[in-house]
Amino acid sequence: MGRPVRFLLDGEVRELPDVDPTLTVLNLLRYDLRRTGTKEGCAEGDCGACTVVLGELEAARVRFRAVNACLLFAPMLDGRALFTVESLAREGALHPVQRAMVESHASQCGFCTPGIVMSLYAHQREGAATDTAGLKDALAGNLCRCTGYGPILAAGQAMGEDPEAGDTPALAQALAALQPSEPLAVEHHGRRFLAPRTTAELAQAVVDNPDATLLAGGTDVGLWVTKQHRTLTTLISLNEVAELRRIEDFGDALRIGAAVRYADAHAALAGLHPEFGELLRRLGGLQVRNLGTVCGNIANGSPIGDTPPAFIAAGATLHLRQGDTTRDLPLEAYFLAYGRQDRRPGEFVEAVTVLKPPPGRIFRIFKLSKRFDQDISAVCAGISIGVKDGAVTDARIAFGGMAATPKRAAACEAALAGRPWTRATVLAAATALAEDFQPISDMRASAGYRLQAAKNLLLKTFLESAAAAPTRVPEAQAVAHA
Amino acid sequence: MPDTGAPLKLSPSVHAPIAHDSAEKHVSGEARYIDDLPEPAGLLHLHVGQSARAHARIRRLDLSAVRAAPGVVCVLAAADVPGRNDISPIMGDDPMFPEGEVRFVGQPLFAVAAETLPKARAAAALAVVEYDDLPALLTIAAAREAGAVIEDSQTMRLGDAQAAIAAAPHSLAGQLAIGGQDHFYLEGQVALVIPGEDGDLHVWSSTQNPTETQHIIARTLGLRDNAVVVEVRRMGGGFGGKETQSIHYAAIAALAATKTGRPAKIRLDRDDDMAMTGKRHAFESRWQVGFDDDGKLRGAAFELASRCGHSADLSIAINDRAMFHADNAYCLQAAEIVSHRLRTNTVSDTAFRGFGGPQGMMGIERAMDAIALRLGKDPLDVRKANLYGVSGDRTPYGQTVTDAVAFELMDELERTCDYRGRRAVVAAWNAEHPWLKRGLALTPVKFGISFTANHLNQAGALVHVYTDGSIHLNHGGTEMGQGLNIKVAQVVADAFHVPLDSVKISATRTDKVPNTSATAASSGSDLNGMAAANAVRAIKDRLIAFASREFDTPAILIDFTPAGVRIGDQLMGFTELVRRAYFARVSLSATGYYRTPEIHYDRATHQGRPFYYFAYGAAASEVVIDTLTGENRVTRVDILHDAGRSLNPAVDAGQIEGGFIQGMGWLTTEELVFDDAGRLATHAPSTYKIPTAGDRPDAFNLAIWQRGENREATIHRSKAVGEPPLMLAISVFSALTDAVASVGGHRVMPDLDAPATPERILAAVEDVRRRAGDHV
Repeated sequence: MGRPVRFLLDGEVRELPDVDPTLTVLNLLRYDLRRTGTKEGCAEGDCGACTVVLGELEAARVRFRAVNACLLFAPMLDGRALFTVESLAREGALHPVQRAMVESHASQCGFCTPGIVMSLYAHQREGAATDTAGLKDALAGNLCRCTGYGPILAAGQAMGEDPEAGDTPALAQALAALQPSEPLAVEHHGRRFLAPRTTAELAQAVVDNPDATLLAGGTDVGLWVTKQHRTLTTLISLNEVAELRRIEDFGDALRIGAAVRYADAHAALAGLHPEFGELLRRLGGLQVRNLGTVCGNIANGSPIGDTPPAFIAAGATLHLRQGDTTRDLPLEAYFLAYGRQDRRPGEFVEAVTVLKPPPGRIFRIFKLSKRFDQDISAVCAGISIGVKDGAVTDARIAFGGMAATPKRAAACEAALAGRPWTRATVLAAATALAEDFQPISDMRASAGYRLQAAKNLLLKTFLESAAAAPTRVPEAQAVAHA
Repeated sequence: MPDTGAPLKLSPSVHAPIAHDSAEKHVSGEARYIDDLPEPAGLLHLHVGQSARAHARIRRLDLSAVRAAPGVVCVLAAADVPGRNDISPIMGDDPMFPEGEVRFVGQPLFAVAAETLPKARAAAALAVVEYDDLPALLTIAAAREAGAVIEDSQTMRLGDAQAAIAAAPHSLAGQLAIGGQDHFYLEGQVALVIPGEDGDLHVWSSTQNPTETQHIIARTLGLRDNAVVVEVRRMGGGFGGKETQSIHYAAIAALAATKTGRPAKIRLDRDDDMAMTGKRHAFESRWQVGFDDDGKLRGAAFELASRCGHSADLSIAINDRAMFHADNAYCLQAAEIVSHRLRTNTVSDTAFRGFGGPQGMMGIERAMDAIALRLGKDPLDVRKANLYGVSGDRTPYGQTVTDAVAFELMDELERTCDYRGRRAVVAAWNAEHPWLKRGLALTPVKFGISFTANHLNQAGALVHVYTDGSIHLNHGGTEMGQGLNIKVAQVVADAFHVPLDSVKISATRTDKVPNTSATAASSGSDLNGMAAANAVRAIKDRLIAFASREFDTPAILIDFTPAGVRIGDQLMGFTELVRRAYFARVSLSATGYYRTPEIHYDRATHQGRPFYYFAYGAAASEVVIDTLTGENRVTRVDILHDAGRSLNPAVDAGQIEGGFIQGMGWLTTEELVFDDAGRLATHAPSTYKIPTAGDRPDAFNLAIWQRGENREATIHRSKAVGEPPLMLAISVFSALTDAVASVGGHRVMPDLDAPATPERILAAVEDVRRRAGDHV
């Protein structure tokens, strides 16, 4: 059994003494606690109807994160404050976020509404920007099928500032008091959830349980439970290891620990290169970015994971650890085949180091999908080209969605190296992409589109380097409004 | 409500922008949907086992391991259905569980009732099913080739279209494919059934169609209708997807409750919901037009073909409505509209906001763009020249359009959105920008209001006045978020001149108002508002008669006002009058009934007056496309919509914007992909992409037409507003087509199919480049 999971709900400490390690917070709320305001819309983290807010103590301050309750396992609440839609009203009076939603006519069927209220609540508590761009980003993970979003955005602009800001120090104190002195080790009918608190403890736990499922954000692992209905026997969480939450900035490189979430890596990666910033923003809705980790995106080896092509193009090293032994791999070498990575039993991804594209180097990231926000790429590209005296010195080009793994375009790179940086060179190199990739057709795109678009992205890189007319849709949007 | 004395606030009347009645409950999480209701003791949870094949004979269905699995209480298959094994609304062709043959991937084969949902799901996976595959028709083309139809092809004619086209100075033809659409209501299909005594059932279902749910449950269980009560407080979205599709699952839960004597709940997980329930029909539209030098039509011919799925469901009426809207807002002069309704081994497609109308309109709107391109004219000029009211008034189905306001709407929108100025800006911008292209289009909507199945154009309401002056309101319509309940409550409060909070909105129940039509066809407030008004009138008439007797005052001098009831020279509080009437033994409860007048239609000839009136709107959309990737954005939208004299402008504005964005999703990012085995590959929001907040342009100018007024005597001269705005989004598709055409200097007409995904846009761009001889 171990000690109970402890978390704060509406200011009170709640304990879960004997909890199923993969019970989702959504089901905990709806069926155990009978707090049915939080809704299930998809159970896969794509609709936001189940959005709740986590208060997390970080360096003595409280971070308020909108997350999908459907992807969050109950033990992940340990040491945190949970806010649901029922938490907001005070003495029968609606919270200003709720009031703004009513007054803006921002609910119709009302089913997505609690999730939207919670996304706005987190946004307000974080003091984030309430211009439409900021609100659209905060709401990208909340689908509404009724309103068309205009009234919701209006509510976001009308909701005002956090009326509970004064309560935050007390919350920080309460969270500090809740921080565990011993690691969480849940055991429930032979299934376990282990949450070590140091890298050494984690390394030992992984060695001791080589078949365990490693859990960071759970935005992937959660689906194994909610969609594939798999029974996970042992889970080892990386989330409580403070060392793995660190981002080290070396100026020309970033080392991102295994438990660093997209949302927390965003600023640092955007600082490394602005293209990384936009990629991170579009990689998932905020709820996904608030849970999912940069290294988790790599570790599970999805052929359509968005960061690997970009990181490979920039140059990245993966740091793996087994017990006290560590080894480094060029990121591209980690992906062996579909669903197979170079990760040995007892080993885990400890961090990734990403290099800063040097000044003067042409560096582009492209993400093509049916929808701009919260969509999985049909094609994702990282393109890094060195040009000196009008000729290509070297090229690092990697694609996602074009093969069974994220993969470098060797023939294309070779067709560029040493050649003059001209349209003719680029078109020839684009043709070589057909040697590098034989993409598949699936529900996201046909093979033909993938190849054609990949070629065009190379051309686009050239056109943008020539600094001619804008070639990206958001730039034209700005023009249209000017 | 203060009775007398204190000054009364004006009773909130109709035409006021009042918040949705459940808004505070929505935002606080207190609004209860079916899965939120307290679970009764002994509740069973259901999971449905699905067909894995598109078309096959079932060689073996062995459910013994399912029955033996832990927690399983009962397993239900075709042999367990005591009544008629059919959940179809009309045609008798849709079994609850198939007998011998499966007809689409995802078809419910059997259901498991267990103590918990995970146990039911785990047990279902133990079923042994062996299939003998049969040839499966998965596409419109395959079904056409095989001649597989759900009914004979239909033809609607006005004059001799082929001769008119042949004789016209110019003619053009083309075709486009139009994808289907998943409803993606946020609340999936769900029902809870509690068995009562004598085999009676109380059913909570998330349905737009309580009466049909009642009928079909009774039919499948071999009960009389009076044994089944269906109750609906609210749905978490419907959009047509809960007009018939909800019934199957409510009926399965009812069967489980009947078999076991225990309460039973069914709630489909999102993936199961998307795999098992019908969608908007995919269409192919072939069009042919003849026109003069001004772009004015001489005749038009359309051949529409739709993928209906494995059974008829509502496909006949949906395809009829596609035919009715092949003209959209334009007088075709001479018309031939042929419609093929194809039977495929896919899920049975169903009602979806617009009900075939949107697909019907796509052909003529493409033709308008093609005519303009051929003649070198602005498409807006071609559109305006062909509008009803400008170039004629006779529809292909013989109805005369007497309320044509599309020209006025378009003309006003053209000015307010600066269409001409922006057209010039877009052209100049495109001339300077080789890789990104902008496009602009302004399109109208004319949408016929009434069920085309005439008997459905009726409604009932039930109003009780209690002796404290409070009012209980019930009507046959259902609330799916569209604000029907608040609108009807406004009508009632307004008629009695009492504050809105005196009117209690209650759940729709088949034992309160019987024999109701589905809340569909945009008819909810037209029909139920009028029925409620008639119920109020009955009570008021009794109160007036009583007051006339009691106070010896002519009825003409008795009037309900916001200050109270004026009886001659005296003013009496509403509650006081009601109380006195009660003691004088006057009934304070009444039913109201309404049927739409003047409509008639002969389906054999496809002629008549199927629509009581038309709702209109116009939208201008501007887009930008990336000609290297096909990525695109809608950058600005201007809408002017005719809601008549809006009952509630806030609610109507919500319908207009929401409908537009939903239509935009249909035509841009929402792509249903079936694989070669007939499996829906896009069965969850990870792969099926409805619009997000980011897809809504910041420049979004929406106005309800201030001069709007229904010429017909609808409730307070309002117009239906549920479906028509969806089709405003055709302006987006037309603008995207315009942007693609600009790649070839508007010399060749793009072949762009819907939805206009990046892939389709890139393909259309490449094709235009090839045909325009302008290779990169």
